[in-house]
This record gives sequence, C-alpha cells and structure tokens, in this order.
Amino acid sequence: MFDFSGLSNAVIEGDSDQVQAKVNEAINAKVDPLVIINQGLIGGMNVVGQRFKVNDMFVPEVLMSARAMNDGIELVKPLLAGGEMTNRGTVIIGTVKGDLHDIGKSLVGMMLECSGFKVVDLGVDISPEEFIKAIKENDGKVLALSALLTTTMLSMKSTIEECVAQGMRNDIKVIIGGAPISQEFSDQIGADGYAGDAAAAVELVAKLLAS
Amino acid sequence: MANLQFTELAYNDLNEFIYGQAKKPVVCSNGMVIGGGTVYPEVNLTLPTMLIDEETMPKVLSQYEEMIHGICSKAHELLSPGIIIEIELLPPCTFNPQWGIDVTKVVKGVMNEYYTKFGLKSLLRMTVVDVREGKTLTHMYKGEHWDNVVNTFRGCAEAGADFLAIESIGGKHLHDEAVMNCDLPKALFSLGVVGCRDMITLWDEIVKIAAETNCIPSGDTACGFANTSMVMAHKNFIPKVFAAIDRVMCAVRTLVAVERGAIGPDKDCGYEGVYLKAITGTPISMEGRTAACAHSSSVGNIAACLADCWSNESVENVRLLGGMAPTVYIEQLIYDCRIMNVAASRGSALEMRDILAESDRMFDPQAYILDPSVVLRISQEIIKGKTHFERTKIAATATIKELRSAFQEGLLQLDAKELKYLDILEKQLKSIPDDEAEFTKMMLKNSTIDKFDPAKYDFNIDSAAK
Repeated sequence: MFDFSGLSNAVIEGDSDQVQAKVNEAINAKVDPLVIINQGLIGGMNVVGQRFKVNDMFVPEVLMSARAMNDGIELVKPLLAGGEMTNRGTVIIGTVKGDLHDIGKSLVGMMLECSGFKVVDLGVDISPEEFIKAIKENDGKVLALSALLTTTMLSMKSTIEECVAQGMRNDIKVIIGGAPISQEFSDQIGADGYAGDAAAAVELVAKLLAS
Repeated sequence: MANLQFTELAYNDLNEFIYGQAKKPVVCSNGMVIGGGTVYPEVNLTLPTMLIDEETMPKVLSQYEEMIHGICSKAHELLSPGIIIEIELLPPCTFNPQWGIDVTKVVKGVMNEYYTKFGLKSLLRMTVVDVREGKTLTHMYKGEHWDNVVNTFRGCAEAGADFLAIESIGGKHLHDEAVMNCDLPKALFSLGVVGCRDMITLWDEIVKIAAETNCIPSGDTACGFANTSMVMAHKNFIPKVFAAIDRVMCAVRTLVAVERGAIGPDKDCGYEGVYLKAITGTPISMEGRTAACAHSSSVGNIAACLADCWSNESVENVRLLGGMAPTVYIEQLIYDCRIMNVAASRGSALEMRDILAESDRMFDPQAYILDPSVVLRISQEIIKGKTHFERTKIAATATIKELRSAFQEGLLQLDAKELKYLDILEKQLKSIPDDEAEFTKMMLKNSTIDKFDPAKYDFNIDSAAK
C-alpha cells in the first residue's frame, strides 16, 4: 500500500518539486493513476480547501498548492485512459451585463479550478446570450453569475430567463454571488443557490452536481 | 499640460497636518472652501435594485431626484454649513454619456433649488466610471470606450458638476493578478509603471475638459487597486501587510492626477489620499466608520485624522427605520463633521486627531500606515524617488521598514502569518532591479496579453525611465 501522506503534504505546502518527485515514486510503484490523483493530489487539495475555509491559508498559498497539484496531474495524465477523467464538471462563470467588477468572480473561478472543476471564465459585462452560447459550446453543467451593483442584479434574472427560453434550464445549475446578493434574492429569481464567498461556492457547486 | 514635480513635502510640522486644514485649499464659487478650516460632509449614494436602460431612465432620474431632495432637506434642517454630493455614475450612465448628463442635470437642479430657497450651499462631484475594459476595448486612448469616458466628463461638467473625478483602472488586471498571488513586483509594475503612465494621459484630458468648462478637476483614487487588496485582506484572503504596502504604493499613482493639474478634494475611497495631502497640500475626502454601509474596514476612526471632507462611500436608496438611507447617512456625516469642527474651534483638533489615530492604529497595519506621523515619515522617503517607478518602489520599502519597526516597538499587532509575509514581500522587493527598463522587460516577459496588452496602451519600454 502506497503512503500518500508525503504527496498530500507536498500539495498542501505548494511544493511543486516535491509533488512531482512523489508522483513519480507512485507511478514507479505501479499505483493506479486515478488513485494517485484522488488520494494523493486531490486528497491534499481537499485539506487546503478546508484550511482556507477556516482562514488558515491565504489565497496565494491555495494557488501555489493548486499549481503544485496540477504539475502532479500533468505527470499522471498520459497514463489515464480518458483525458477528461479529472474534470468534476464544467462551470461557466462571468459577471453579468452592465457590471465590470472582476476579482471576486475570478477568485471563485480559481477556487473551482483548484478543486478539480473545469472553469470557463467569460469575463465581465456578459449578456445572457453570451452565457447561453458558452454553455452550449462547453457542455457547461453549472452557470455561475456574479454582480456587485444593485443595478445589475436583475441581469442575473434575465440570464436565468434566457436559459428557460432556450429550453436548457433543467440541464444546468445556476449559482449566484456578489456583495448585494442574498439567498432570498437567489430564491426570488429562481437560481439554484447562492454562495457568500469562494469557499462556499466550491461547496455549493460540488453539492449541486452531486444531487 | 501641467507637469508638477513634488520634491518637498507640503507639511514639515506634524502639528499642522490635521483634518479640515489643507495647505492648498480649494476655493469654490459658492464660497465653500475645502481644506480651509471646516470639514464638510460628502454623501455618496446609489440606486436600489433596478435595471438601467432606456425604458427605466425616467424612474432612475426620479430616484436620484428623491434622494437629493431628502439629503438637501436634512442638511438644511441640521443647518449644515455646506455639503458635497458625490454621484459615482453607474456603468450604463457612462456607456451612454447622455444618461450620465441627465443624472447630473437632475441632481444639480435639486441642489440649486435648495440654494435658492434656503441658502443651502452644496457642491456636486461627478465621478465617471472608467469603462476602459472588457472584450470590446480596442484601445485605452481612442475608440468608443475612451470617447464615452471623455464625453461623459464633458457633458457632466457642462451640466453643472463642480468637481470631476474618476477611479481609473489602467493596469488593473495586472494588479488583480498581483493581489491574488501577493506578487509585489507585479503590483509595482501595475501601479508604478503602467498605472502612472495611464494616469498622465487620462488626467491631461480631464484637466483640459475642466479648464474648458470652468469645473474643478478633483482627483483619482486607487479604488480598483488598494481597495481590492483591502477587501481581500479583510476577508483573510491575503495578508494585511500586503494590503498596507499596496495602499502606500498606490499613493504614487494617485499623485499623478495632481502632478497633471488636479487640485482636489481627492476622492473619498482613496485612503492613500493622506499621502497626497502630505506631499502636495491638496485637500482630501476620506471615509471611515460611516462607510460601513458600503464595506467594512479597519480604519473607521483613523481615516478621519486628516479628512477635509468626510464621506460614507456609497449607500443605496432603501428605507431604514430612520428614513431613506441617503438621508440617514447625511445626518450621520453632518454630526461627525460637527464634532470635528467644534473640536477644532475649541483648539482641540490635535487632540481629536490623535485620539482618532490611537483608537485604530495598533490593530491593523492598514490603519497604522494612516497615522499622520507615519504618513509624513514615509512621504519624506517617497519624494526622494526621481521617477514614478522609483517612488513606488521606495513606498514599498519604506512601508515594510515602518511596519517591522512598529511591531518591534510594540506599536502594532502582527501575528506570525503576517510577519512571515513581511519577510516574503521584502525578499520579493529586493529582487526588483533599479533600472525601470530592465524591470519592465522582465515583467512583460511574465505577463499575458489578456492581463496587459502593451499595444492598447501605446506602451513603449524605452520611454520607461523618462
């Protein structure tokens, strides 16, 4: 039985060199590639997620861990039967029409990527039509909408209405977030959930895709 | 074009460095003098949850009208010696300049009505949104985005704005990346190289418009920069020491507006304004505890130490038990200003300033770097730099030194994680070459077009150190 604690710790430390060394050790020991990913790499990243949630790690440290994890995954990927097996689901994310605020949305996108989701970040000032197009083109499973202005919150509603009009509402989970957003507003406009911060968004996406 | 060089501090005596008094007060046509001895309330407001489009514009305008009526009525009732109203236009009202102009007309109309009927003095600060970003941006200084910014400024000035302001965003995407990664060299490149150069072009245009329309070019803030760091630090996403260093570095960028002809009052959400005041003598607007309606901060009291206008940052037009929120907030601001002004009239301004500073400065490095004595010491270092790049680098170095010594002397609380990052950031800073062109080449090599496209900025490496 391979001991994954060293690999997981290297991910937590964000030590890419050590991660790559430990992954190579596991590969040489003929450990199943998926097990290396799930127990060693994602196992370490799960600890990072938990520590971030309780303010024990800063974002730059989380990003270093994510980069180290990805370096490890790159070594294992060629050994996997299907190239997409590490994707937990594709999230289309963007700031809604009329709103130029970027960083909160980018942070959520990064944290989702760190947790094994594929993220398509459309940027800011995104119209409902652009969101729909991206969902179709990328087989999006989750639509994550951000707004920081009281005057753009209703663009979230328009985007959800467009999903309904396009007949795709049942195929996609919609989550929303941003300073003026609340669970109450989420319920009002028919979103599937609201997250108050990046860590909560990751949990919400995982929960919605599991249900 | 103005190209002022500030090589000496406006203040050499800490006892003169105080709220309500600026070395270069702004004298306005209605008799109000900003920085002339009175701290004025500056209320900022925004719309409740509603869309802005052609169809809803009449409702938008009536919301503004209602808010300004409430504010002016309360200010008159409380006998405020004068008020400032800031409208930060929302993106659609800059994407469509006429909408921004219509908002200005409505707001100014109500302000004029209260002056005519009741003698209430007021000034209007119009803050245009810097919309120069997004996928459709072709160039920072030409094309639709630039034209919309410029046309909105001109239109608002012609429609009655007293002050023109902006929270400009040149280099912001680089800075966002820097914040996420606590990457000090990238933050320095964003602020001290890209941001400062962008400010020169942008502020030359704003100052020109102001001169042609008899309006006052007031100032810029690092809202998209240091305030992003501040909010991230507040959520424990990044260390507070990074946010504190970033704030002081931002001062050099904000200073460029004044170098190009802005005269103040600098805008409220630029906490780095205290450095601007120290170096240039320009009056500043500040926000603290009364801005908790918009965002939390660790500088609720200390932010008032040097304020010439006292603001609430932004509040939406919703009903509170005491009335509509903008009306409630002007009341709070008026009372805050009264106590500061009365303290000054009793000869207790210095004591008041020091109480405000002492109540906050120990608990957060972001508060510590707003302490007036710290501001003067760091500013003295900043002005030794000959270029914006040099000054921004000095700002970071001096701030790290101040924070470290404050911790060692027991003047500032920093936990082990914060101290670790102070070491990390110091190490990063030492990796930055002294030559701006060399540094610029290094940074361009490590950045991507989606974060910074030199062509859109007409960015030329060779002119870096000029």
